[in-house]
Amino acid sequence: MERVGDGPVLPDGVAVVVKRDCPTCRMIEPVLAQLDTASDVTLTVFTQDDPTFPTGVGKVVHDDDLAVSYHHRIETVPTVMRVEDGIERERTVGWSRDQWEALSGARGLGPELVDMRPGCGSLSVDPTMADRLRVRFEAGRLRARRVQLAELEDGAEAMFDRGWSDGLPVVPPTEARVLRMLGGTDRAPDDVVAVVPPDLVECTVEKVAINAVLAGCKPEYLPVVLAAVEAACTDTFNTHGLLATTMPVGPVMIINGPIRHHIGMNDGVNVLGQGNRANSTIGRALQLVIRNVGGGRPGGVDRATQGNPGKLSFCFPENEERSPWEPLHVERGFAPTSSTVTLFPGEGPRGVVDQLSRDPESLARSLASCLRTVQHPKLPLAFDCILVVSPEHGRVFAEAGWTKAQLRERLHELTLLEGKDIVRGADGITEGVPEWAKDAQLPKFRPDGILIVHAGGGAGLFSTIIAGWVNGDTGSQPVTKEIGS
Amino acid sequence: MSDVLLDPTSERTPSQRQRLVRPGDLDGLTVGLLDISKPRGDVFLDQLEKRLRARDIEVLRFAKPTFTKPAPLDLRHEISTKCDLVIEALAD
Repeated sequence: MERVGDGPVLPDGVAVVVKRDCPTCRMIEPVLAQLDTASDVTLTVFTQDDPTFPTGVGKVVHDDDLAVSYHHRIETVPTVMRVEDGIERERTVGWSRDQWEALSGARGLGPELVDMRPGCGSLSVDPTMADRLRVRFEAGRLRARRVQLAELEDGAEAMFDRGWSDGLPVVPPTEARVLRMLGGTDRAPDDVVAVVPPDLVECTVEKVAINAVLAGCKPEYLPVVLAAVEAACTDTFNTHGLLATTMPVGPVMIINGPIRHHIGMNDGVNVLGQGNRANSTIGRALQLVIRNVGGGRPGGVDRATQGNPGKLSFCFPENEERSPWEPLHVERGFAPTSSTVTLFPGEGPRGVVDQLSRDPESLARSLASCLRTVQHPKLPLAFDCILVVSPEHGRVFAEAGWTKAQLRERLHELTLLEGKDIVRGADGITEGVPEWAKDAQLPKFRPDGILIVHAGGGAGLFSTIIAGWVNGDTGSQPVTKEIGS
Repeated sequence: MSDVLLDPTSERTPSQRQRLVRPGDLDGLTVGLLDISKPRGDVFLDQLEKRLRARDIEVLRFAKPTFTKPAPLDLRHEISTKCDLVIEALAD
């Protein structure tokens, strides 16, 4: 087994890790003495708790700081290892005469004992010790500046005072919590994830993990946050522009694939609302990275005139299982079995009520009439949208056999705008397109400008529109990234 | 044991908070007098205290354990929570 970090090297020969507190270890005490006298065995016993245990063995090392146990990932005592040239070649745990004999080459071990008996948990994996040991042996890997709080300082207030919060309380990023968070990914802490706008700062996995702790994430959410940071920091998504704009927009995250269930996201009742930890904290972690690492703060580079509450956190999973259609990530070229995050530059959500339509044409017309108002009913082409179709609305299309492509095509047709209706001054409204467009027919959305996803509770003939920010090369485009490990 | 936290920021600015703007006058403010524990610093601060009190200004006295080391974190925190400004007697 590979050693963790730069821990102590095991001596060549047979190494056994024991603790007196373990009945199996006490039972095999005579076996250790027997092994020690075997001519071709060089035995070293590491004892976790009692330095006087076991007796009858020449070389007993007290693993009092549990460095050996921790670095060699000892989970059970006794653990027996065969070591050559400082490298562990073979290991067995608990007592098994056959395995001990095969590993050590000695014969006739513990003839009076039962053939096998399981061991006990190693002190190094004791729940009361695990965090402390991780900090003791691994905190040195963390590069972030340490901020020492005064005894009299209230921890929660201290983080507000330092400007680390988005306005809600944050979880103190202690070494123990950050190390635990880093356990959620295979990536090294010093691996650079992205260059974060607006200050264009190189952001490591460690910094993302610290902000994920602040946000209240669990370690298993970290890969999602890492993928989101990568997606946000692309030129295509243009987080700088999204932040600096005076419009009320921010990153909206849609999660697809198996990870939705692995981390317990809510794609049902109140899917866009509060109450689920993963939904609420993953979007927040991305925003905290942009704030704390990127330096993007309201009143600084963030110039939103009014903003929207989704800028605290706006993240939800698609309900793929009950959807009549292929999920968003499959449409965007990913395998159904992959997990992805899609970032969309969006406003707050608003509802569409249609409780009477039972045929797809009527419902499409309802949705289209609301989609025409995205940003302004007289402004075409500049803004994309997400249409979140609820299960009850989805069923109307499913029962009529409408595919997602069919619905999208019909929505494009139904949202075509007549130039004469949207020129400046038409309908007594100065806002609108220039006069030259008065005889043209203009689409409300560009061809790939309507993203359709399926989510929400089982009851309610309502859907939701999330309007987008300026699209295209001068604005922001939706970006989908696969979530790694 | 006080908490040690990991800085979530880009670390481009000092972790210490920035110095406040110096006030125009002392009316209604609480003044801390910090003795760094060098000889005769107290004599100087006693005089200052007398003169400030004569102007009805509230005064609180503090002392560092030793002038050879920076003020302990808790002392700095206590001063920051109790005083609007601090005057430090630097030398003998």
